[in-house]
Amino acid sequence: MLRYIYADDLHRFPRLARSMFVDRAAQFHQRLGWDVTLQDDGTERDDYDGMNPLYVIWEDSLGRHGGSMRFLPTTGDTMINDHFLHLTDGVEIRSPFIWECTRFCLAPGALPQVSAALMLGGMELGLANHLSHSVGVFDARMVRIYARLGWGPTILGTAGLGREATSVGLWAFEPDLRPRLLSRAGVTDELSKHWYDRSFGAPTTISQTAISA
Amino acid sequence: MLDSYIEQLQGVTTLDELNDHVVALRDALDVEHVVYHSVNSTGEQYAALTYSPEWVQHYLEKDYARIDPVVQACYRRFHPIDWKRLDWSGKNARNFMGEAVDNGIGNQGFSVPIRGPSGQFALFTVSGNASDEKWASYTQKHTRNLLLVSHFVNQKALELERGTDQVKAVNLSPRETDALTMLAMGYNRAQAADSLSISEHTLRVYIESARFKLTAMNTTHAVARALSHGLLVI
Repeated sequence: MLRYIYADDLHRFPRLARSMFVDRAAQFHQRLGWDVTLQDDGTERDDYDGMNPLYVIWEDSLGRHGGSMRFLPTTGDTMINDHFLHLTDGVEIRSPFIWECTRFCLAPGALPQVSAALMLGGMELGLANHLSHSVGVFDARMVRIYARLGWGPTILGTAGLGREATSVGLWAFEPDLRPRLLSRAGVTDELSKHWYDRSFGAPTTISQTAISA
Repeated sequence: MLDSYIEQLQGVTTLDELNDHVVALRDALDVEHVVYHSVNSTGEQYAALTYSPEWVQHYLEKDYARIDPVVQACYRRFHPIDWKRLDWSGKNARNFMGEAVDNGIGNQGFSVPIRGPSGQFALFTVSGNASDEKWASYTQKHTRNLLLVSHFVNQKALELERGTDQVKAVNLSPRETDALTMLAMGYNRAQAADSLSISEHTLRVYIESARFKLTAMNTTHAVARALSHGLLVI
């Protein structure tokens, strides 16, 4: 199932949170060889995890991390504006309608549906919050996988070679793409909405609850 | 209506004037109340709002920030929040809402948490009286404008806080300048993207970024403002 969790709520999901940061160490340090900082407890965290980002996390049936990604608004501090200007033609990307997505991570052995579900989660966030684009930093070799999932990015720039190659790209939030993501993820419209509402609260009538007080 | 409001916001030079502008937003946005509340990186606060002084006084005396679901939910978040999605089921929250309704705050609200540079945080809220259907259609129609206006008010507040002697000139990167220049020359997006050898999505994002930095409501305004700032050479 998909969960949308701000960093300051991760403590409510200790097993999920810890396995996410451990899987991030496995993916970004061990598999991709990126220059990331490992903590003493074997997890991978950076400064942006300290800025209360919003995580989209796939939780498996045992309550563990299956895959995740991390969002921050581009009006505040972001990894792209701080470190990747050379890949955006020097443009500091800032807009209330663009969020940054980084640390797209899959647990070892994650099924293809998990990546599709994460992309779906990103789409749900964008559509619900009236965003135009997400700008992301990702492993350059993921491009084809994203495209196969039915929602490929526009590449702004790529640096490095081989497994250290990193790209910055744009994803446009287009409602037309949502049905394809639902089907790739094997999730119904209702279930996806349910997961979203469970994290962000389902709309209720306020005045009635107030009047009944 | 909102266009001219944003235009006037540019000319604001003091916090008192900014307060008047936030009050005027009530009519521009057609809501009962508007609140802008900012906390900077050193913890200093600034607020401009239309609530009655009595309600503000009462709220502060009772320290309602402790139980106000809006404050609890929005603090340190960054997605816009319709009050309907908050948890009003607790006794304290229900009593608080009852009092808020009695004080004319309205039975509906929509809050935009704003994250600025270096940990700056602000909250922009509109509230009013409406049925669920009317409110849903209002927010669906105006969320984009609410996001824009709230961030522009915040940019202005940050600018005023920095002081007039340090007003930072709008700084566009060469690529953003190129994109706006192409539009100023009358090219459409496809032609502009083609001329700059970038995709249309990339062009859109460069223009969007420039538009936000220029505090412009739309692309036309962004081009006009860039021209008037002398940022484009054509």
